[in-house]
Amino acid sequence: MDDILRQSLQQLADVQTLVDLGQIRVHYLGKKGVFTERMKELGKLPPDQRREAGQAVNLVRDRFQATLEEKKLELESLALDARLASEAVDVTLPGRGQGGGGLHPVTLTLRRIAKLFENVGFAVVEGPEIEDDYHNFEALNIPASHPARAMHDTFYFDEHTLLRTHTSPVQVRVMETGKPPLRIIAPGRVYRCDSDLTHTPMFHQVEGFLVDESVSFADLKGILYEFLRLFFEKDIQVRFRPSYFPFTEPSAEVDIECVICGGVGCRVCKHSGWLEVMGCGMIHPRVFGSVSIDPESWSGFAFGMGVERLAMLRYGINDLRMFFENDLKFLHQFRTS
Amino acid sequence: MRFSEAWLREYVNPPLTTEQLVEQLTMAGLEVDGVEPAAGQFSGVVVGEVLELSPHPQADRLHVCRVAAGGSEPLTIVCGATNVVVGMKAPLAVEGGVLPGGMKITHSALRGIESFGMLCSAKEVGLEESQGGLMVLPKDAPVGVDLREYLQLNDVSIEVDLTPNRADCLSVEGIAREVALLNGIDWNPQTVNGSEITSDDVFPVVVDAPEDCPRYLGRLIKNVDRNSTTPLWMVERLRRSGLRSLGPLVDVTNYVLLELGQPLHAFDAAKLQGGIRVRHGILGEKLKLLNGQEISLADDVLVIADEKVPLALAGVMGGSESAVDESTADIFLECAFFAPTAIMGKARRYGLTTDSSHRFERGVDPQLQHRAIERATQLITEIAGGLVGPIVESVSIANLPSRKPIVLRESRVEKLLGLSIPRTQLTSLLTRLGLTVEELPDGWRLTPPGFRFDIAIEADLIEEIGRVYGYDNIPKRNPASHMELQAVSEATLSVERVKDLLVDRGYQEAITYSFVEPSMLAKIEPELESIALKNPISSDMAVMRTGLWCGLLDAALKNLNRQQSRVRLFESGLRFTRVEGNIIQQKSLAGLALGSACEEQWGEKSRSVDFFDVKADLEAILRLASHEATVKFVSGKHPSLHPGQSAELILEGERLGWLGMLHPKVERELGFETRVFLFELDQDKLLKRTLPAFKPLSKFPQVRRDIAIVVEERVTAVSLTQCVESLSPLIRQVLVFDVYQGTGIEGGKKSVALGLIFQDDEETLTDVKVDGVIAEVLARLAQEFNAKLRD
Repeated sequence: MDDILRQSLQQLADVQTLVDLGQIRVHYLGKKGVFTERMKELGKLPPDQRREAGQAVNLVRDRFQATLEEKKLELESLALDARLASEAVDVTLPGRGQGGGGLHPVTLTLRRIAKLFENVGFAVVEGPEIEDDYHNFEALNIPASHPARAMHDTFYFDEHTLLRTHTSPVQVRVMETGKPPLRIIAPGRVYRCDSDLTHTPMFHQVEGFLVDESVSFADLKGILYEFLRLFFEKDIQVRFRPSYFPFTEPSAEVDIECVICGGVGCRVCKHSGWLEVMGCGMIHPRVFGSVSIDPESWSGFAFGMGVERLAMLRYGINDLRMFFENDLKFLHQFRTS
Repeated sequence: MRFSEAWLREYVNPPLTTEQLVEQLTMAGLEVDGVEPAAGQFSGVVVGEVLELSPHPQADRLHVCRVAAGGSEPLTIVCGATNVVVGMKAPLAVEGGVLPGGMKITHSALRGIESFGMLCSAKEVGLEESQGGLMVLPKDAPVGVDLREYLQLNDVSIEVDLTPNRADCLSVEGIAREVALLNGIDWNPQTVNGSEITSDDVFPVVVDAPEDCPRYLGRLIKNVDRNSTTPLWMVERLRRSGLRSLGPLVDVTNYVLLELGQPLHAFDAAKLQGGIRVRHGILGEKLKLLNGQEISLADDVLVIADEKVPLALAGVMGGSESAVDESTADIFLECAFFAPTAIMGKARRYGLTTDSSHRFERGVDPQLQHRAIERATQLITEIAGGLVGPIVESVSIANLPSRKPIVLRESRVEKLLGLSIPRTQLTSLLTRLGLTVEELPDGWRLTPPGFRFDIAIEADLIEEIGRVYGYDNIPKRNPASHMELQAVSEATLSVERVKDLLVDRGYQEAITYSFVEPSMLAKIEPELESIALKNPISSDMAVMRTGLWCGLLDAALKNLNRQQSRVRLFESGLRFTRVEGNIIQQKSLAGLALGSACEEQWGEKSRSVDFFDVKADLEAILRLASHEATVKFVSGKHPSLHPGQSAELILEGERLGWLGMLHPKVERELGFETRVFLFELDQDKLLKRTLPAFKPLSKFPQVRRDIAIVVEERVTAVSLTQCVESLSPLIRQVLVFDVYQGTGIEGGKKSVALGLIFQDDEETLTDVKVDGVIAEVLARLAQEFNAKLRD
């Protein structure tokens, strides 16, 4: 038995693979294995020797089995190590597949504006971009030859058809058919016949208005003040400055503390510390008149803002014209948003 | 409107610094656009008088002067100016002085002669742009007095950007009135005395159009001094208001315009015939204007004419033929009130904007004309003398604007502004506004002053109250809200969701101009009628896009030129077409892809994007919109797409859009050197979706069988799959998993491998049953398409 033990342990010591180990296992422990044969042979021994010989075989077989289990664990661990080593990759190599694109910064800004107003019950409405003179001007209290028309460099198709110069005609279209109370924002493209460093012939506006039984200028101040602070996510100063629009009265321009210099004065704010970002006011009784809403029963405010301007201030874009050049190097910068 | 602060402070002088004044004006709606110092920074410059003059012994072009500068002894000054003469007064920079730009004055030897300062030109003290010899100061300028003090140069020009409703502030007096109101203090208007009549000569005036010209005043002033010059103080005020001096007569009319807000015009009386007639133009009549432009008149244009010809475009600009010049001795001074409606738009029609038309179309105080013509007369006679004739006036009281009383309700003020102001405070504010105030039980009856053209209804008054009370003093409030749930349609897919999907599939959103280049549009969509702008900003932005491909192709080309080799863009926006005379504006969603299918990466072979890559993107959109199974891709013919690689998308019998490769011909014409794939979908049609409808799941296992058949090349995949799907309710899905042409397949034919997925709701399928269906499938395919099972 000693020889068997020595030989088998030697074999286990030499074995390199789990496959070879399996063969050794069968050789010794299989149905016709060395130990099984030995046990069968016990019967041939005289009865008084059987017990002792049997114990000797069991002892050697147990020793062999224990060593085999150990060896098996060792070889399995080695095999795992080998697999891990062979499957290691350079994790710094880039991932594969289709890369993502991105939204235009104007869309990002429009979505942000819409979200803030939708959260308090404003509905988004769109209108036509080719408009008629009536909705773009007349119904908004800007009759032909009104000096305010000079402020709108209008693109015309014919005498009565034009590209809308602002999103305010949507106000008229909604009020023509809808009944108050109304809470609407109207985003979209607008057009002015003007092109230089700070003007593009097309740009985006968001018009907003609210008509209810008792809406006041204080409400207008409240909502726009909150909107601007939430839009910029900054505790900025906001001021309302008297101005003039034919379709609102009282009218105001809304200035915010310059977000570039913090109000100290810089090139962007022309050293005034303030940036003009919106126009607003109480809806003019003549506008209510043109849509047959009784200004004695209802009052309302309206506001309008330039989307590119807000996007420029929010993202620090310094050239308006980049918005419509569609340079991928520009657009890709907004992929993370 | 630009004015000098010092001039303003002559009329009203609130205890405010310049900065505070500017802030106050801005916050009252008179937005200050800029503040500029009246002169550059300099010091140590005084009024000097040249007492003696001798040539410089060493230099031909220099003079040696003895100049009185207020000290005990005159100073020796070396001077190179050609206009230096004995007795003249000019600015003298003395030792220690600093000129604009930082030049320090020290005594120094000029060609051997010590100079103790420098006589200066207007440019050298920062008052003029161009060099023009020594600045000549008036004879009465006090010698030795600091020039800044003498010329009031410690002053600023304030530029106010006035809104069109505030015509009343288009003058220094108007601004003064406003400043007085804002500060609750009095102001002193310019005193104007009537001039003594020294001549009986009159020039007759007839007004044919009293509704357009309710008041016209004229006066002859004869024999004015042709050699007179505009006094320095007036030149300076004009300069600080942004106007150049053009001779005393024109300067006076400009000065009164700035001072009072009343435009005036001076005609050369010698060039007029018969009398003045204020009438409408006659169609085709010509008038040469002061700026040299010759205009052709229309019959709705108001003109000032004499017996024979039109002399001036009323309220806009005078004519060159009747203008005053250096030889003018007799003038006819015009001072009128033209109705805003008569002037509105007329200047713009001829491409003009003048200080005069700007004021008349916004409204000039109709009571101002007598005061203004007297003020101008006073200034002209002071400067140039002359014999003053009586004023000839033509007035139509009925046509003068009348200010009707307006009732203002106290409750309305509170309702619209959202704050309550004590009644006494309101009454006082209304009075300060220049309104005639009558108290009523629940408000006031108010009559606006003549200069306020913008106050006509109750809302106008509430605006004025808010403005003067201060928007800053109105509280902020959150609007009361009705808690009403809003309808949310699940049957409408949001376009934003589709945009997000395209972004996730590697597309970049673009925003391109809605107007495009006509010849490019003609290449892309020659069959659609486009809409042209009447006044395009440039020829490459002249027509409205009939689809979105033009803009995307243009953007792609620009990016290729900027070294991008892979471009995937999409855009959502309106397309504009004319159909049977009507303008149609439709929302459209379009995309473009070119370059490699994926961004360049390791471990994958790079290949170019193809039709089916983009089709997969479209299918993903259609899946979102519930149209995946209902939309048919039909091989179609689009003028700018490759005929073999273009599909028309049909949804419920109507066109949903197009997908295809840009036609190689167009590709070449536009300058692409790569294949371009395009799609465009009708956005409104796309976004209408159906709600998911649940079907019970089968408990029994699926069975898959694959077959490969050989058919004619032209047999479409969808015709095969549809044929198979329709054969048995057990066939749940048919996949095309391979298409092969080449070795082993006869020319003109192709092998199509189909995977059929079977399932039954009632029992587990047996091979026998499936084999039976497969046999049926093969028989039907053989019958319909002459398909043979591939060996």
